[in-house]
Amino acid sequence: MSHRNVLVLSGGLSPERDVSLRSGRRVADALRSARPDWEVLEADVDAGLLPRLREHRPDCVVPLLHGAAGEDGALRDVLETLDIDFVGSEAAACRLAFDKPVASSLVSGTGVAVPEFVVLPQSTFRELGAPMVMQAVAERIGFPLVVKPTRGGSALGVSIVHTSQDLPPAMVSAFAYGDTAMIQRFIAGTEVAVSVIDPVGPVGSGGAVDGPRVLPVVEIEPEGPIYDYHARYTAGTTSFYCPARLDADVTAAVSEAAVTVHAALGLTDLSRTDLIVDGDGTVWFLEVNVAPGMTETSLMPQAIVAAGLSVGDVLAAMVPGESSPAG
Amino acid sequence: MSEAGSRVEGSRLDPWVDSYATRAKNLSASAIRALFAVASRPEVVSLAGGMPYVQALSMDDMADIAAQVVRDRGPQALQYGSGQGDVSLREQILDVTAEVGVQAHPDDIVVTTGSQMALDLVTRTFCDPGDVVLVESPSYVGALGVFRSYECDVVHVAMDDDGLIPEALQQAIDAARAAGKNVKLIYTIPSFHNPAGVTQPAHRRAQILEIAQRAGIAVLEDDPYGLLGFEGEPPRALRADDDQGVIYLGSFSKTIASGLRVGWAIAPHGVREKLVLAAEAATLCPSNYAQLTVSQYLATQPWREQIKSFQEVYRERRDAMLESLQAMMPAGTTWTIPAGGFYTWVTLPDGLDATAMLPRAITELVAYVPGTGFFVDGQGTANMRLSYCYPDPDRIREGVRRLSTVVEAELEIARTFGTAAGTPGSLSASGESSTPAPDLA
Repeated sequence: MSHRNVLVLSGGLSPERDVSLRSGRRVADALRSARPDWEVLEADVDAGLLPRLREHRPDCVVPLLHGAAGEDGALRDVLETLDIDFVGSEAAACRLAFDKPVASSLVSGTGVAVPEFVVLPQSTFRELGAPMVMQAVAERIGFPLVVKPTRGGSALGVSIVHTSQDLPPAMVSAFAYGDTAMIQRFIAGTEVAVSVIDPVGPVGSGGAVDGPRVLPVVEIEPEGPIYDYHARYTAGTTSFYCPARLDADVTAAVSEAAVTVHAALGLTDLSRTDLIVDGDGTVWFLEVNVAPGMTETSLMPQAIVAAGLSVGDVLAAMVPGESSPAG
Repeated sequence: MSEAGSRVEGSRLDPWVDSYATRAKNLSASAIRALFAVASRPEVVSLAGGMPYVQALSMDDMADIAAQVVRDRGPQALQYGSGQGDVSLREQILDVTAEVGVQAHPDDIVVTTGSQMALDLVTRTFCDPGDVVLVESPSYVGALGVFRSYECDVVHVAMDDDGLIPEALQQAIDAARAAGKNVKLIYTIPSFHNPAGVTQPAHRRAQILEIAQRAGIAVLEDDPYGLLGFEGEPPRALRADDDQGVIYLGSFSKTIASGLRVGWAIAPHGVREKLVLAAEAATLCPSNYAQLTVSQYLATQPWREQIKSFQEVYRERRDAMLESLQAMMPAGTTWTIPAGGFYTWVTLPDGLDATAMLPRAITELVAYVPGTGFFVDGQGTANMRLSYCYPDPDRIREGVRRLSTVVEAELEIARTFGTAAGTPGSLSASGESSTPAPDLA
């Protein structure tokens, strides 16, 4: 095992800063535990970052920024410009994955089902008249429908809308997080998260794996109607099953869908695809995350543990140049 | 996918979920609170927090005081102390409270870990689950959190620019009693209110006292800002005119330093006895080190002059805030004119929702506290609390400039959609889960 100098980036200025900071602390601790001889440092993303990167050039950066800049490829573009290795997908792939309509369109082309959606900027409602536009969209999509910002995570700004009266405030809520909203058909069913890892080296004491590897599927059962911010980050408010309570053929289908998404978007190292399985067993794509949450209540760490692995070993195996496990 | 991992069957990631008390249900993650994490970044002008501007103190003097305490009174400072608090400090506290007309005996005082602890002790002493506590509308979020933690039935009573409205108070008492409720406390911040920024004039204080006395309900007077007025003499405390019906809470958090966590309660004899026992059960005793530091400060420093210095700092910032609001905020926006303290209470134009608007404000690098945090019942959607205590005048002006553009954008959204009312999705928290942590500037 060779010594590595790893910098974990978290925080930033997005509404998910708090989640990111928690993910960063957890991953940094996990890396230190898995690789005690590595130097694992942590940093926020601010004006001091670039001087720091130039002065103390890390062997590898682990970007755990959620939301814009962290997941839209911008920060990774900077790292690529500085020729600094990092864990996770390249900037170009992040740009595709982070934009929900773009990712949905690309995934739709692979044969994975995507709920029908419409994407509208705020200006369209202003120019054409919101009531007319909302009526047209509602007639096309039908109720219930989901309104969400086109970019961002943690279900911030996401609403499930059952009636036309609830649509305007839902649009307002989504536009609080960005200028463009996605209005999508609501699919009732079993919500699952499927993590894919594709490390460069072996994980823990296991052998190297050729190609993407699907971790056990996590089934999400929130106590309320929506897996929102409260349900995501308040322990006790959502029940998780891992492996998910799905028939073998459905488990195979969601796993295959996640690998398809991972490949179609050109993702590397790790991703988490959120899917829903409807009553007919159809697997629907919701979104994909290039910097999945790593907090105490996040989904990917549950899948990693269920696979008999550790977060530290998995992330360490994605650090370029890491060719043998700890111990 | 053949790894030998551990299965997860219906895990809620917290094995103690079913063991928690019902009252702990409110203690949960909030998207609004998470947004305040961004407000701690220097790029963001935070008009959200309530941190006093302790930089106005001489740090050299404070260092000398801390050293003197350890050097001269170390064995006492580093030891357990009295549950009621250091007697010499209690005597000095009376010099401070004399500024707001409160006369008492040192034995009437219980020193606490900030007045927040005194709030807790009084509530646990008076209130059973379901008992009514009457609070202003809006009210201090830290008090609402305490009342809710003891499962009180919190009832908001209307205010105007002169604070709590006596007629509304009487109606609330009558209504609660007609409903068979037991009204235990009237909680009020009469001077430079948090968050409303208003102050009760003397005649209204007399009316409130008369109503409370007639109804036989204790008044819990919270007065952390009483000495931080910008003009004239400090308002005379309610406790100054009723030593049996009023429990008075004071604090050094705003007049010296919040990090010392030294506050106090002045209570009638019977109440005070119970508060001391309750305090011992909670913490054994307040920090001797912090108490002696405050005591040394009061004994050796020109504390009245320092308070005047704080007043000047905050007055300048208040002026910057009000002038900026007047110059930049869109028509239809109104705000209170604080004569002291830290805050102004803003009402947005019709149809705007301050909670729904917060993510956009954070994106534009300005933060405030949405009004819903100061209510337990969902009121306050059109309101926000702006604080001017921490940022300097230039930052305040820049913050209000950014805020004004956010409000303009929100008005356009409201015009587009016909309404901005209601906050579906994740932004629906109220109370302490929708306000920032105490360490936010």
